[in-house]
Amino acid sequence: MSPQRFYNIWPPGVDPGKLTGALIVIEGPDSSGRSTHIGLLTQWLEEQGYAVAQVGLKRSNLVAAELEKAKQGNILSPRTLSLFYATDFYDQLENQIIPALRAGFVVLADRYIYTLMARDIVRGAEPPWVESVYAMAPVPDAVFYLMVSSKTLVDRTFQAHAELDYWESGMDCGLSRDWFQSFLRYQRKIRQEFVRMQNKYGFEVVNANRSIPALDADLKGRIQQVLARTEKT
Amino acid sequence: MVTAAQEKLPGKLIAVEGLDGSGKSTQIHLVHQWLKSKGYRVFFTEWNSSSLVKEATRKGKKRQLLTPTTFSLIHATDFADRYERQMLPLLRAGYIVLCDRYMFTSFARDGVRGCDEGWLRRMYGFARVPDITFFFRLPLEMALGRILEGRPQLKYFEAGMDLGLSADITESFRIFQGRVLDQYLAMVQEYGFTVMDATLSVHAQQKLVRKVIQDRLDLALYHKRFFP
Repeated sequence: MSPQRFYNIWPPGVDPGKLTGALIVIEGPDSSGRSTHIGLLTQWLEEQGYAVAQVGLKRSNLVAAELEKAKQGNILSPRTLSLFYATDFYDQLENQIIPALRAGFVVLADRYIYTLMARDIVRGAEPPWVESVYAMAPVPDAVFYLMVSSKTLVDRTFQAHAELDYWESGMDCGLSRDWFQSFLRYQRKIRQEFVRMQNKYGFEVVNANRSIPALDADLKGRIQQVLARTEKT
Repeated sequence: MVTAAQEKLPGKLIAVEGLDGSGKSTQIHLVHQWLKSKGYRVFFTEWNSSSLVKEATRKGKKRQLLTPTTFSLIHATDFADRYERQMLPLLRAGYIVLCDRYMFTSFARDGVRGCDEGWLRRMYGFARVPDITFFFRLPLEMALGRILEGRPQLKYFEAGMDLGLSADITESFRIFQGRVLDQYLAMVQEYGFTVMDATLSVHAQQKLVRKVIQDRLDLALYHKRFFP
């Protein structure tokens, strides 16, 4: 597979030429079906003989617990939260993603730097600053953004949880005192930010309003192409 | 566009930098006592002291989980927390903010660890350059002597053991501190450090430090308006 590229610079001690795996990112809001589809894709890829590693956000050994605690208190400034998330991201990048790419795995990422950047930018961070923080991230071989209409998102969220999540509703952003309104506005802002980033980073926007089998077949077809392309080079 | 890092604020920011053992903490402590006793609005903060981030740092250091990148990010997180919750609001309110170590500590140490210079500087781009940065310059051998005779239990990251410079912790510390010093010296011009001769007596240095502060700041502006 092709050597990995990085956005700007690579982290100290990493030889990008030796990263031979493929990095595939699934982006999308909560309840867009990310984890369901990552589960289906993992099974499918393993059946075909690919070793798969799953990674996500807020899963690092280093700061995940502290990050969770800090979020409960909601007293971090937006920039502190950004950097806390960046610490978590790079910890996983260096301890999980890079070793897996080095070992030739297909890495399925349940969200990536784009979600982190979108959240920060919606909260007022300067895009160049946010981009500079994540400049050492490997460029994925493909990014699929699961686009869901607000209506579908609300239906699915309520079916699953019967309540809206504080952060996914952007309640810290002061968009509305009404939780439901805030959820809609926040999700719209995030979606707009993804659309803005789409051109820059080359996402494939996937219609995720469809049934699980329909979306699954679509994703598998696209990933097949990605793997064929990366294996040729 | 003027960013928060460049806009004019009523408060003043004073930072001290230098190697471990250079005496900078003693000097900034004495400045703090002096300004408090004169009734000025003053606040003191030190590197790596935010309670929120401390636990993660402690854990990471103890278990040696940190890479140069995460080591740097965790300190930047700590800095951002203190900067946005304390330093910046206090500067807006017209306080003199004293910092024991500032972003230059990261530039020096993380630079030695191989972090990209531009990446570090852009990450700290939200922080203003202090009005005065005192750099306590001490020959390497003297700084090493002060630390090695006073506190022989060197810590893993403090000695740069993560860089694999030497299997011997004392030797690693020597090499690491030497490289950190080179990084600092390269920043003197770029950031306009006020270089202090840290071989002088504590009292002699403090007199010079106070003189610099009196000359550069109009201290009368910082008298407390209300006394409790």
